Amino acid sequence: MIPCIAMIAIVDYRAGNLTSVARALEHLGHRSEITDRADRICAADRVILPGVGAAGATMANLARLGLVEVLRDEVIGAGRPFLGICIGIQVLLERSEEDDARCLGVIAGAVRRFPAMIDGRPLKVPQIGWNRVYQRRAHPIFEGIPNPSYFYFVNSYYPAPADPSLVIAASDYGVEFCAALARENLVATQFHLEKSGAVGLRMLDNFCRMNA
Amino acid sequence: MLAKRIIPCLDVRAGKVTKGVQFLANVDVGDPVAMARYYYEEGADELVFYDITASNERRGIMIDVVRAVAREIFIPFSVGGGLRTLEDMRAVLLAGAEKVSIDSGAVRNPALIAEGARAFGSQCIVLSMQVKRTGNPNCASGCEVIIDGGRTPTGRDALEWACEGERLGAGELCINSIDRDGTKLGYDLEITRSISARVSIPVIASGGAGEPKHLLAAFTSGLADAAIVASIVHYGEYPIPQLKRYLRDNGVEIREAVSLERSAP
Repeated sequence: MIPCIAMIAIVDYRAGNLTSVARALEHLGHRSEITDRADRICAADRVILPGVGAAGATMANLARLGLVEVLRDEVIGAGRPFLGICIGIQVLLERSEEDDARCLGVIAGAVRRFPAMIDGRPLKVPQIGWNRVYQRRAHPIFEGIPNPSYFYFVNSYYPAPADPSLVIAASDYGVEFCAALARENLVATQFHLEKSGAVGLRMLDNFCRMNA
Repeated sequence: MLAKRIIPCLDVRAGKVTKGVQFLANVDVGDPVAMARYYYEEGADELVFYDITASNERRGIMIDVVRAVAREIFIPFSVGGGLRTLEDMRAVLLAGAEKVSIDSGAVRNPALIAEGARAFGSQCIVLSMQVKRTGNPNCASGCEVIIDGGRTPTGRDALEWACEGERLGAGELCINSIDRDGTKLGYDLEITRSISARVSIPVIASGGAGEPKHLLAAFTSGLADAAIVASIVHYGEYPIPQLKRYLRDNGVEIREAVSLERSAP
């Protein structure tokens, strides 16, 4: 028998840039599989929901692929290690102002758009670039990560969880917003771990090594 | 708020970096993957590759380069040069680029911007424009848009085209001054500032950086969000960490590159 090697499922919901997470995991020496199959997702040791996309389209694709209940109940609800990135953090909340989409609702709260104006000056939306992430709570995903560190963001919307104690990191883009949240085995970031250089790779590696 | 980005630009022809690029470091000069890795480790915030291979049959080589780069660097990078269709864009994005940079193709077919934004999201679409102070009286901003590698004037005003590009769905604008390109005299601050003040998407200054103070000027009086660097870094004269230190010392918000070694478990 070949010993069972830990496997990470990257959820394929037809969004852009799934392969960049796979390449980062490969670089770190972790085995992963891009899949839309419920049985593969449920069999994986860890699940990552990455991606760039709109909330409405993402939820519609997850529904069409029959993955809404799988993610909500069998992965997150069952307490299995889960990492959401970018749109993968936003769909955890109840609703998004983007497309007025109903999301997975595993985290109470909403997803809001950055304001168009700040102090009478227009704010460039989406924010595209490197922003400082301040760790607000100790979490194993931050092991070895300087506080603050710069991470790469591409977003027009940000998660606003109702329970502020879930916020493990915050950033400032005109408004202070939740950059990362965590609850039990669930952790999610608004920034792109796979595009944030050494600190992003380290956080991804930390997720892959977190005790389930 | 966001850090200002420094973006090294690599011109690639038939899979090799052109412009007698030379380094002090031990890098295989001309190998785009080795150079990408070098700049990544030096703390570049992003990279851009321009495929200056003219012919279509060589396009596959660039895709291979993109794929190889994507396996080695974990910061965003964009690819431009000769992208004319949605399929061209899809190919480089699937190969691992974060963004596509469209230029002459967008001027000839502005719908390409909207189609690209719809298919891949605005954040993927960088509208790159070559601008020149031609004295064309129809160009109120003072700069005219030129296409086909600087050969063909379009009669379009640079500011007007920038606003049109934003309206069509471009996620970022890259303003390359043909007058300044390769001169090391500094960016064209005036056109960069006029465009950045008018649009609500990030503006990237390009063309003319020869000294650190040129980047400082682009980020302050030029209102640029990012700056393309080429010869200033390619010849090893000003390594990226030195540029970043200078900018930080002058009050610009700049990302500090971190190197993290995981200690043995």
